[in-house]
Amino acid sequence: MGILEVKGVNKRFGGLQALGDVNLSVAENTCHAIIGPNGAGKSTLLNCLVGKLIPDSGSVMFDGQSVLGRKPHEINQMGISRVFQTPEIFADLTVLENVMIPCFAARDGAFRMHAYETVEAEADIRDMAMTMLEDVNMAHKAEEHAGSMSRGDKRRLEMAMCLVQKPKLLLLDEPTAGMARADTNNTIELLKSIRDRRTITMCIIEHDMNVVFSLAERITVLAQGTPLVEDVPDKIKGHPKVREAYLGEAQV
Amino acid sequence: MTDQTTQTGAIAPQADRSRAASGGFLGLGFRDFRLLMIVVALTLLAPFLLNPFPEGSAMAQFNAGYPDLMQRFVIFGIFAIGFNILFGLTGYLSFGHAAFLGVGSYAAIWMMKLVTTNIIPGIIASIIFAALFAVVVGFISLRRSGIYFSILTLAFAQMSYALAYSVLTPITGGETGLQIKSTDRPFLDNLEPGQIGRANLFGIDMRASQILEVGGWQFTFNVGYYVCAVVMILAFYMAIRIFRSPFGMMLRAVKSNQQRMNYTGLSPKPYTLAAFVISGMYAGLAGGLMVAMDTQVGPERMFWTASGEVVLMTILGGAGTLIGPVLGAGFIKYFENIVSKINSDILHGWFAFLPDGLEDFMVAIVYPFVGKGWHLTLGLMFMAVVIFLPGGLVEGGQRIARLFRRRKAADGATKSAAE
Ligand SMILES: Nc1ncnc2c1ncn2[C@@H]1O[C@H](COP(=O)(O)OP(=O)(O)O)[C@@H](O)[C@H]1O
Ligand SMILES: [Mg+2]
Repeated sequence: MGILEVKGVNKRFGGLQALGDVNLSVAENTCHAIIGPNGAGKSTLLNCLVGKLIPDSGSVMFDGQSVLGRKPHEINQMGISRVFQTPEIFADLTVLENVMIPCFAARDGAFRMHAYETVEAEADIRDMAMTMLEDVNMAHKAEEHAGSMSRGDKRRLEMAMCLVQKPKLLLLDEPTAGMARADTNNTIELLKSIRDRRTITMCIIEHDMNVVFSLAERITVLAQGTPLVEDVPDKIKGHPKVREAYLGEAQV
Repeated sequence: MTDQTTQTGAIAPQADRSRAASGGFLGLGFRDFRLLMIVVALTLLAPFLLNPFPEGSAMAQFNAGYPDLMQRFVIFGIFAIGFNILFGLTGYLSFGHAAFLGVGSYAAIWMMKLVTTNIIPGIIASIIFAALFAVVVGFISLRRSGIYFSILTLAFAQMSYALAYSVLTPITGGETGLQIKSTDRPFLDNLEPGQIGRANLFGIDMRASQILEVGGWQFTFNVGYYVCAVVMILAFYMAIRIFRSPFGMMLRAVKSNQQRMNYTGLSPKPYTLAAFVISGMYAGLAGGLMVAMDTQVGPERMFWTASGEVVLMTILGGAGTLIGPVLGAGFIKYFENIVSKINSDILHGWFAFLPDGLEDFMVAIVYPFVGKGWHLTLGLMFMAVVIFLPGGLVEGGQRIARLFRRRKAADGATKSAAE
């Protein structure tokens, strides 16, 4: 029984069957990749996990509880954090403030009327955020305006915002898209070290096969909203069905 | 040489941060404390600062240091400070905040009619009733965002205005409004038969004034003004604390990206509602003070133009800045009360030194912008600010300061090069 159990999930957009009978089981503290051609429904599947979309049918269980019908912030408080395909950060705030906000959320819950203390006085939160920024090599940018950074930096910041929450399940939607080569390698190293600590379950969508094969322990191939195969990376590499789905796309 | 400058450049912000962190003064960082002290000095010295021209001089009409107007400066300052907590931090543009001002005023005057003419209970009641009303209006209006939110708040305020004007006449006095009358017997006061109660603070009359004459100058120190000034300083201090608190940071997060907030385990709605209620309480406080200064209230206080005015004040001064709303309120009230009083006789007086034809020509040109035309000047100024200074008057001030600093730096550079 995995920490995440998706059973029979369907989602239609008008006439388009974006997800058709998706089953997925992710074991605790492993790294699971979802690959598939553009428009296969990968992002839609993540949307169903975090409460952005509600599936037409099926069930999504996390840590023994259903996430369906819960609000996004409740699902996050259950322990699911998500990095989006286009970075979602607080563009008007500084980098440090961006990382402090999830720290407050983790400590104080969904709402706390915290109007009397000053942010300056919150040394613990500040330290926690600074340590996280050091881990992702962004400490020198702490006072920078988050919105004016490069796309690669925004992604790294978003990842820091998710990691600092110490989620049980981290969902990553193409975390290296738009990153320079060096940044991609740093990100792979970071994600590898997280995987090897075995305290966080990761579910990653990725186009870059280098990233997928160096990180994932199991891979699900999604095509036209339906899982084709699920197996260990070595078996996926030469799988005929995967070649078929990717024909004309990346070399597998 | 270059080495040194880059080094100090790198160290300076660090030092600044540790100074801010050390706090010390009333829980404020150094710069915030300095700002607070400037505001304290300006408000306490306002009777001098606003009356720079001797009585009877040609410029005396630009003096704004009379109690009635000074009270309005600080009361509308409070209104705008509160409005800015909602609009400046969360970005939610309420177009109905005058409703809370009105509710506060009605609550205060009933308190003074029924309980006591001491202003304290009235002001407390104005805050409480505005808060209760803001909870209801906010809860419903915040179901939507953007323009729909603005329209919902506008609808609530216009509804309140219409009700106060008609159906609720028994409570609001309808069109004529409410005043303190000789028949009012507040039960905590021992008034003589037929005596009209006067707004007071533990017996000190709000209308009492001390006049100080120095040479040709005349300065008026009014009890009511100083009561309002102290309240505004407290309101300003609380606003700084809110801006610098984790709560304030969450409100800026609401403005920046609600989606990210949701997926970070935070619920934006209670944060926004709290900001809405707090700003409604500031509006109620302003309404209560208005009654404390001038014991009457009418429904026009809730009319939509009054809601629009506080929006203008905040944007003109600089939304999201600490001092901006106060500046904006001061500017607009100054125009409304001073520039509006310049009539054609005064203009003829100013241009009398010119030959007759030219005098009439100048008067004809200037006239549309002053007197009853003050709205035109204000409108043009507002447009100029929005187009060229999106950060309001505060941004204007910052640009000027930066210009000076750069010039100083350039001077220093040429000097050291010469050496
Ligand atoms: N909110 C939506 N409304 C309508 N169609 C959508 C929506 N989200 C995704 N789709 C469609 O569903 C399909 C799957 O999209 P997506 O999950 O984003 O694919 P990908 O695997 O590339 O992430 C696409 O055809 C897309 O156009
Ligand atoms: Mg996608």
